[in-house]
Amino acid sequence: MNPTAEQLSIARELCRSQPLAVLATNGGSHPYVNLVAVAVTEDLRTLYFATPRATRKWANLSRDPHISLLMDNRSNQVADFRQAAAATIIGSAFETEHSEREKGLAIYLDKHPHLADFVTAPSCALFKMQVDHIYLVTRFQNVMEFHFTA
Amino acid sequence: MKPLCLALREVPAAAVSLVGGKAKALGRLVHAGLPVPQAVCITTATYEQYLDATGLRQRLPLLLERKSFAHMRWEELWDLGLRIRNLFLNTPLPPDLTDHLSACLPPDLIRLPLTVRSSAPVEDSAAASFAGLHDSFVNVHGLPALLDSLRLVWASLWSDRALLYRQELGLDPAGSAMAVLVQELVAGDCSGVAFSRCPGREDLAAIEAVWGLNQGLVDGDIEPDRLLLDPLTGKIIERHTPARTHACRPASTGVALVPLAPEQRKATPLTEATAARVLALLRQAETLFAGPQDLEWTLAQDALLTLQSRPITTSTAALDDGERSWYLSLHRSLASLQGLRRTIEEETLPAMAAEAAHLAAIDLVSLDHAALAAAIRERLRILENWQEQYRQLCIPMAHGIRLFGQVYNDQLRPEDAFAFLDLLAGDTGLLAVERNQALLKLAEMLRNDPALIAHLRKGGQPDPLASFSVALAEFTHRFGDPALASQGMAAGADPLTVLLLEMAEASPVPTRSRQADEAEFLTSFPPEKQDFAREILAIGRASYRLRDNDNLYIGRLSQRLQEARNEAARRLQDADIPELAALVNPAARDTVRIAASPGQDPAVAGFNGLDSTRLQARQLVGQPAGPGLGVGPARVISQAADLGSFKAGEILVCDAVDPNMTFVVPLAAGLVERRGGMLIHGAIIAREYGLACVTGVPDATRLIRSGEMLTVDGYLGLVTIAGQKAPNLNP
Repeated sequence: MNPTAEQLSIARELCRSQPLAVLATNGGSHPYVNLVAVAVTEDLRTLYFATPRATRKWANLSRDPHISLLMDNRSNQVADFRQAAAATIIGSAFETEHSEREKGLAIYLDKHPHLADFVTAPSCALFKMQVDHIYLVTRFQNVMEFHFTA
Repeated sequence: MKPLCLALREVPAAAVSLVGGKAKALGRLVHAGLPVPQAVCITTATYEQYLDATGLRQRLPLLLERKSFAHMRWEELWDLGLRIRNLFLNTPLPPDLTDHLSACLPPDLIRLPLTVRSSAPVEDSAAASFAGLHDSFVNVHGLPALLDSLRLVWASLWSDRALLYRQELGLDPAGSAMAVLVQELVAGDCSGVAFSRCPGREDLAAIEAVWGLNQGLVDGDIEPDRLLLDPLTGKIIERHTPARTHACRPASTGVALVPLAPEQRKATPLTEATAARVLALLRQAETLFAGPQDLEWTLAQDALLTLQSRPITTSTAALDDGERSWYLSLHRSLASLQGLRRTIEEETLPAMAAEAAHLAAIDLVSLDHAALAAAIRERLRILENWQEQYRQLCIPMAHGIRLFGQVYNDQLRPEDAFAFLDLLAGDTGLLAVERNQALLKLAEMLRNDPALIAHLRKGGQPDPLASFSVALAEFTHRFGDPALASQGMAAGADPLTVLLLEMAEASPVPTRSRQADEAEFLTSFPPEKQDFAREILAIGRASYRLRDNDNLYIGRLSQRLQEARNEAARRLQDADIPELAALVNPAARDTVRIAASPGQDPAVAGFNGLDSTRLQARQLVGQPAGPGLGVGPARVISQAADLGSFKAGEILVCDAVDPNMTFVVPLAAGLVERRGGMLIHGAIIAREYGLACVTGVPDATRLIRSGEMLTVDGYLGLVTIAGQKAPNLNP
């Protein structure tokens, strides 16, 4: 496997296997971060997450759709500095509706079947993120950028 | 890979963590050559695979960890057990697992009528007996029914009683697993239990027997013949002969209580010869297991079979203290609930009403100070007496709702474990709702009379002969003054008038239309079981209605006490009267919040002294008790006087609400309650009005402040506190 293909493989494995990511929204004076359960499509270009509408992150998202997420596979050991991979995922997120929501729900629930009650509650919003860039960090400081926009 | 299923002869070599205590013991009996019904053990590996393949392993913690287990009330445990049971009911075995399991089950056994019993690794050990805590299913036919019963036995690992017991033993429920014993049903001529040491008289052995199956004895529906014997000589020391009326026998599916034939009523199922054989069996088991045994047996065509044998434990007795046994007594049979209903409807409530009416007729103003003091003491005694009756009769009656809920869920398997509440509410007769509707009518009268509104707003009194005044008098005659019932309302202002003015200018929510489908429930049963379905629905409805109404009857007595105290307080304004002063401040014990759990949520302890300005709750997790989304400013009700300032569109936040306090609910945008449970009054009344409701929020009244904007998410059981500004939830 050539180095680029290997990096793509790491990014795909990371994004597809990790259940949680740190979501950063625009909180006005400061970035605002949370843990969210995520589901990423096979092509890594779309990511789904859910949040009740009474939350801060929902309010932030309704004002500014630009977000980033951090997904990583660290185990909180010293070995992480060499072995852990982290992906910073950048793009815009919008609440899904109608058929787009149905499609996103299927992907989200395939990854998190135990969250069915949560995500299907009428008070819960399902967001679709269009991924523009992924910055993949491996071996502590090796950074590879994936740009999905033209 | 661990086996999904083991024959009994293979069981002794397997780990108890794989086969459970009951199967392990039966396997050892087989090895020792003692006769037992043919059986297989579905191992805990099957349970583990089911949890993994269906995702229940991830879903269960989401339910279990919503609230600290140790902080849950009895009712919340039951709610949790019901939710989990419903999850198992609605999650079939994956096809792969079904195929693998079916391939392991002996076809000759599966063709027979079966008994499906729990065999959990922790049960039936010398340290802890889980006797009767997990479910068994008797007379199960065919593979699909067997697989259904299998899931229900698994689910019983998570029943309220089992959760409670694990909590007491300090066992982590998340680490629990369940093996299941599938036995041939042996329709014995007579059956029974035997103890090599009789509980309470440990120098003697005890044998009990009934005609037919053991199920009637074990469930407590049939009183057995009972012998106490010398364990060494077999000499009979005592014989107890009951009035024999019924036997438990296999029905088309399941079992039924059948009247005994006259000759069996007269004859004992426990002859001396049978007793001698059972005692010999008991000795063999005691030797084999090297300790005193509690054994279930059946006698079929003269063959004596052991159904199960387990050690007699002391831990069960030690844990069986008053509170726990009272709680366990709440699990009532249909027949017992029907008797209880008659007592409450025909005796208890009329007597309470008569007592309240009698007290109301006494002219307190004419009493001298000593007589008034005596009246207060007498009213307190009467209230406490009825509160005890309430605890003994009315709270157990609430189990009718639970019994109905379980039957409904087993039959219709709805996604929402509490959908059955709609069917109960279909035939309300709830006094609290009738009272609230009468309040709405009064408000409507005001709304149509702007001049009267203006007059009242200026502090004026209505013309006593006007139709509004007459209707108001009728209301207070029928329902009492809600403000007075809640005690401690500000003197001077007329809180009822204030409330009616608020209602007249707002648009209180009407009760919602229902989706109750009684026909669907009844016709889901085969014709021969529809009478049972009607009876269980009737008891569920009576239980639902009484659960709420009995609080109002208690409320009337509470009002009479408060009236006497108010009279004393009035006299104390003018003079120092020591004999009355001590009686005016109500002790905590006679608060109307009688249904609340004993003590406050432990989370509150240790909260004092913490600098509250450093702690701001943002989102609190409770239980989703009324579906809907409510947004509005909080109105924290710390004392009843706070109800007087309740405004339309506010969220009612309280510690423990009862029907005497919920006259403001039609004005509310949502309900938040510290006390937990799906069947508490707050949840019931919220469902009636279709309001978002979250219950079981620890510390709700401390962490939420009046005026803060709340979002009550009754779908997810969340309360979000958004400071002083309303969030815009529209996408």
